[in-house]
Amino acid sequence: MKNRISWRVATVSSARWETASARTLVLDVPDWPGHLPGQHIDVRLTAEDGYSAQRSYSIASAWPGSLEITVQRLADGEVSPYLTDEVQPGDQIELRGPVGGWFVWRSSSPAPVLLIAGGSGVVPLMSMIRARGDARGRQPFRLIYSVRTPEDAAYADELRRRVRDDPGLDVHFVYTRKAPEGAGTPKRIDVAAINSHGWPPDFQPDCYVCGPTGFVETAADILVALGHDPKRIRTERFGGA
Amino acid sequence: MGIISRGFGGRRRESLPGLPPGQYLTHDFPVLSAGPTPRIPLDKWKFTIATETGEKHTWDWKEFTALPAEEFTVDIHCVTKWSKLGTTWKGVALDTLFEDVESAADYTMAHSYGGYTTNVPLDDLLDGKAWLVYEFDGEPLHPEHGGPVRLLVPHLYFWKSAKWVNGLQMINDDEPGFWEAGGYHMYGDPWREQRYQGD
Ligand SMILES: Cc1cc2nc3c(=O)[nH]c(=O)nc-3n(C[C@H](O)[C@H](O)[C@H](O)COP(=O)(O)OP(=O)(O)OC[C@H]3O[C@@H](n4cnc5c(N)ncnc54)[C@H](O)[C@@H]3O)c2cc1C
Repeated sequence: MKNRISWRVATVSSARWETASARTLVLDVPDWPGHLPGQHIDVRLTAEDGYSAQRSYSIASAWPGSLEITVQRLADGEVSPYLTDEVQPGDQIELRGPVGGWFVWRSSSPAPVLLIAGGSGVVPLMSMIRARGDARGRQPFRLIYSVRTPEDAAYADELRRRVRDDPGLDVHFVYTRKAPEGAGTPKRIDVAAINSHGWPPDFQPDCYVCGPTGFVETAADILVALGHDPKRIRTERFGGA
Repeated sequence: MGIISRGFGGRRRESLPGLPPGQYLTHDFPVLSAGPTPRIPLDKWKFTIATETGEKHTWDWKEFTALPAEEFTVDIHCVTKWSKLGTTWKGVALDTLFEDVESAADYTMAHSYGGYTTNVPLDDLLDGKAWLVYEFDGEPLHPEHGGPVRLLVPHLYFWKSAKWVNGLQMINDDEPGFWEAGGYHMYGDPWREQRYQGD
């Protein structure tokens, strides 16, 4: 049996906004054991009277490097507004992990990769893109990223830069509420988007789908209907609609 | 105890008698699985209990739905922190399925269409503690929630309630299933917050 996953104290070393409602926290944890892209941590917050709440957050960064999470504010949420609006560099939070050994990408795998993100579901997929970049991986990667409006796209500049510098990486946006000029009318992710911007099933790509439950359900069903091997489709559901 | 997070008050949403520590109440029905949802035609569906000596007891859909079924209401608790209180199901108690099964093994491994596995001690399946369910809220169980048939072990975290279940293998020694091999707790008692190994 492996050792127990123990709680550690992390210091927020810096923070930055990715969009108007999503914020990245850079966490400094002494003796962080490292992580694989796709793993998550559990965060525990404790109030002065001892009340505490725990939530899971995917790791956004690649290791070796830093430990970063990106939190999307839910207006009526208990934990996420604290992490986006209240926490400041120097503050401490508790966390444990890394957790999860299934929804991970290993740079040793030669297969092409299809990433499908809905909203904040892009976080663990970004970790995979960064890990591949750091390892100078030659596996072709495609990301299909569904956002409400262009302003809701996290990591937009970094993704643009990576696509420009790296012929092995493609990013396609699906806009559900408001599309930029020339990008057609807004719509939800559908067969056509995944068929034109994913990989054909006979390329045998590893597929990673992450986002709100309904989104993941839809995208994974489409992949199966298009003929992808269910064993190559990994999903991570963030809960919610 | 934990360090205090400056400025964190928490919402202290309903703390109800039925709510284990660290859980919050949800009114919808979230879905969590490791991959896409399998769809199993009823005429292909089968359920098998295999003992440690290799003896097999198998039911097809007709045989299974002819077994005495129970309707019951229980609370369910997911390791990702949501709980749902007062959910109503219809299914066959494991006691009924084990009536003619002879086994000295203490553990079981549940197997599912799609390859999922999870380990559950036999004691936790018997004496009215677990069911194979095929209706939720009076409707056939939707594939998203594990239909046509899922295991339901409401007193353990919900990952033990294997969706799309198609068999139980009796085993002499406890072995980790799918999530357990990935660091989740071997037993998973929500009241003791047994989320990960060592909890
Ligand atoms: C493996 C995993 C990885 C994740 N990774 C990320 C990530 O990288 N980034 C990210 O932003 N999120 C991620 N999440 C989601 C995250 O864990 C939280 O669920 C999210 O931040 C919301 O938490 P909260 O405390 O702000 O909201 P909560 O207080 O938990 O509320 C969530 C929703 O439920 C509703 N709700 C809760 N309680 C009640 C109640 N009593 N009555 C009515 N409605 C209620 C709220 O209105 C809200 O819409 C991940 C989840 C999982 C499982």
